[in-house]
Amino acid sequence: MNSVKSNPVINTARAADDAALRALMQDILGETPRVSRRAFLKLAGFAGGGLVLAFYIDSHEQTNAATATQDFAPNAFLRISPDGSILIYSKGPEIGQGIKTAFPLIIAEELDAKWSDVHVEQAPINPAVYGRQGAGGSTSIPTNWDQLRQAGAVARAMLIGAAAKTWNVSADACRASASEVISSDGRKLSYGALATAAAAMPVPDAKAVKLKERKDYALLGKRYGGVDNTKVVTGQPLFGIDTVLPNMVFAVYQKCPAFGGKVKSANLDEVRQLPGVKDVFVIEGTGLATEVMPGVAIIADSTWSAFKAKQQLKVEWDESNASKDNWDTFVKQAAELSKGPGKETVGNVGDVEQIFASSAHKKIEARYSYPFIAHATLEPQNCTAWYRDGALEIWAPSQQADQALPLVARVAQVPQERITIHQTRVGGGFGRRLANDYVCEVATIAKRVNAPVKLMWTREDDMTHDLYRVGGFHAFKGAVDDKGKLTAWQDHFITFTADGQKAVAGGGLAADDFPGLLVPNFRLTQTLLTTGTPCGALRAPGSNALAFAIQSFVHELALAAKRDHVEFLLEMMGEPRWFTPGNIRSLNTGRAANVIRLAAEKSDWGKPLPKGRARGLAFHFSHAGHVAEVAEVSVDAKKKLTLHRVTVAADVGPIVNMSGAEAQAQGAVTDGFSMMFAQQIDLQNGRVQQQNFNQYALLRMPYAPQVEVHFIQSEDFTGKGCQGCVPLVVGL
Amino acid sequence: MPTLTVNGQTRTIDDIDPTTPLLWVLRDRLGLVGTKYGCGIAQCGACTVHLNGAPVRSCSVPLAAVEGQQITTIEGLANQDGKLHPLQQAWIEHDVPQCGYCQAGQLMTAAALLKQKPKPSDADIDSAMAANLCRCGTYLRIRAAIHDAANKSAYAVAP
Repeated sequence: MNSVKSNPVINTARAADDAALRALMQDILGETPRVSRRAFLKLAGFAGGGLVLAFYIDSHEQTNAATATQDFAPNAFLRISPDGSILIYSKGPEIGQGIKTAFPLIIAEELDAKWSDVHVEQAPINPAVYGRQGAGGSTSIPTNWDQLRQAGAVARAMLIGAAAKTWNVSADACRASASEVISSDGRKLSYGALATAAAAMPVPDAKAVKLKERKDYALLGKRYGGVDNTKVVTGQPLFGIDTVLPNMVFAVYQKCPAFGGKVKSANLDEVRQLPGVKDVFVIEGTGLATEVMPGVAIIADSTWSAFKAKQQLKVEWDESNASKDNWDTFVKQAAELSKGPGKETVGNVGDVEQIFASSAHKKIEARYSYPFIAHATLEPQNCTAWYRDGALEIWAPSQQADQALPLVARVAQVPQERITIHQTRVGGGFGRRLANDYVCEVATIAKRVNAPVKLMWTREDDMTHDLYRVGGFHAFKGAVDDKGKLTAWQDHFITFTADGQKAVAGGGLAADDFPGLLVPNFRLTQTLLTTGTPCGALRAPGSNALAFAIQSFVHELALAAKRDHVEFLLEMMGEPRWFTPGNIRSLNTGRAANVIRLAAEKSDWGKPLPKGRARGLAFHFSHAGHVAEVAEVSVDAKKKLTLHRVTVAADVGPIVNMSGAEAQAQGAVTDGFSMMFAQQIDLQNGRVQQQNFNQYALLRMPYAPQVEVHFIQSEDFTGKGCQGCVPLVVGL
Repeated sequence: MPTLTVNGQTRTIDDIDPTTPLLWVLRDRLGLVGTKYGCGIAQCGACTVHLNGAPVRSCSVPLAAVEGQQITTIEGLANQDGKLHPLQQAWIEHDVPQCGYCQAGQLMTAAALLKQKPKPSDADIDSAMAANLCRCGTYLRIRAAIHDAANKSAYAVAP
């Protein structure tokens, strides 16, 4: 055990919680998808005629759908009506990353559909049919790419087959384009006209259908507006918070401000008498932050009655097992610890000591730290549920509603086959909604309420009961030789643990993470501080903080070597190669060099700047995407920093929707700026001190920099949601 | 009984605590859920509506303070015949929304700005829109869409 005795009692609930989150992140980020992509397509009839394709996942190889059986439960993926309209269901959650537009675009490309014929609906949550229906770790596009393309291609093959039969020609003599099948002699039939005949065609093997080549793409890579944009700008109900049900009641839930505290007593009788209050009760909970922590639920006739009653609620908490975390204490401990090596060696290549002992090398040291931060999704956590006749129906703004099915079944004690979850649009994910705590809470509450109930967290609840991006400390030492070449890199990484053994979710650093394997003498050691604060994934988990520290130190080393930062980084990359041969989710030094060169070129790197301005460059590899950014900044006499312009060069593989991809990069830069310069969650006696946006800043429009985005589109898909926020390092 | 004019219609709200913020009257009592809750303390702007034409943060305006007055919400921003406001059109053309949660508030603040200043400068836009947070970081597109809508509106009036 390597933890420091700051908070020596390991909280077993926190440890279990963290293990669950780490497993989830590993699952999301892992190289092997747990759900088989062997897909089957089968026909299902529907009223009105036309072609309906249902999509199946082989239940044999399915690990996370408890209800999967040998029987294939049909569910429509796409539907073509005789009037020519094409309905495509999007299987994943729209959290602002754009997949409700991107997924159907991929299907429509292989279908050879005209995009204006397509309308999109949210698919029901049914992992037995759709496979994984979560979104996290920038993996939605890469992991669903084949499945979605096959869905479109099978339908296209059947439409072509139907046309060939009608014309009595071979299918090879026909092609599809813009929702029509065209014969070699120029005859045409629309998809609408073919829909009914296509439904009678045999279904080809999804794996055998020919997929289009990239050069033949008619849709992908262009600019598309989000499919829900009109609804968004006219204020139509879309989000979890917008759920309205007949005779619905409203709930709030008060948890202990120190993580892990239990309810000792509360003024329940007093609160029950307050205007609009229908009920108030204590929930013991499971004790896990990813499920249900202990607390008091108030049920009222309106959100406002519930909020007001919550202000009158007085709870005496049992904090004997609650977190005692103090950020100031962590800072002091880290300062002491960083004077020596870490307690555990994570990676050791060559001999850093020999280099540091040699007078032929120039040595520098630096320390970096970053605090805990919150997700602060603009839609606070909320969820609606209705328990009646032994069945539970849920409307969830979750990033992993599929994962909530077995979870809620266990926590709320409702058989999984009696649970229905509707996916709503999500008012910001950023990793916060990988956890389904608010879903578990409302399910538990709904079982005690004889009506549909909407649970609404206040902003204060949201900010003080997050699963935070963990803080961390780095004590770096590095060396360059007389030619200015990087010869040694040492990092004593002080991070946090919940179980006393492993770093918390989002708090790990591996030996082969950048710049491991790129430096001849490399040592990474680690010391774990024990925290009782729940930690989780935040946009590019791990990377969002690590890139700041690591890339800043690379810059310091380049300065020490009196080298140009771009040239120094390119030299570190060396020959173009995959770090792990054959693994397209590993770092490719050639792609890295390409994005670094592109960012430098597009940002006028090396050219003179107005007085007072400077450029900083950073590279980062995260979630299989290669990204370089150049920031142009100035600092005034009061040390106020202004970010003028950011140039992003990214290689995340082929782009599905250019508008969406650019938006992700622009947003991620803004997010990165907020994280680095404005945000801090302070912990005192286990309590988060920041309550609302007056104490926790998000970047506002006057400070938003100009962002230019340039993509290199290599062959393999890698995903886009996360990387942009990562390498925003300012080289001043 | 408190009465409001919301999007041109007179609405009477019975049996309500007069301290209820306008936001929750709109959402829970009138079923107008386009106006969003984000912070409850007038910091994020997600709840922005027009009170007699001026932008207010409806989370911090009690019902008692606005009785009998004119309220416009995102649901009433388009023309009554359904024609979108130039800002709504520009938002679609520029593909502004990411998660979309803040956009109703952004649009209402921007619409009030254009009423005051039909041709706003970047500084005018920054100053008005600083009241509204976007967690996804769509600010660049919001600014471009406001300029675009301003130019098109002017065009429509004087071709």
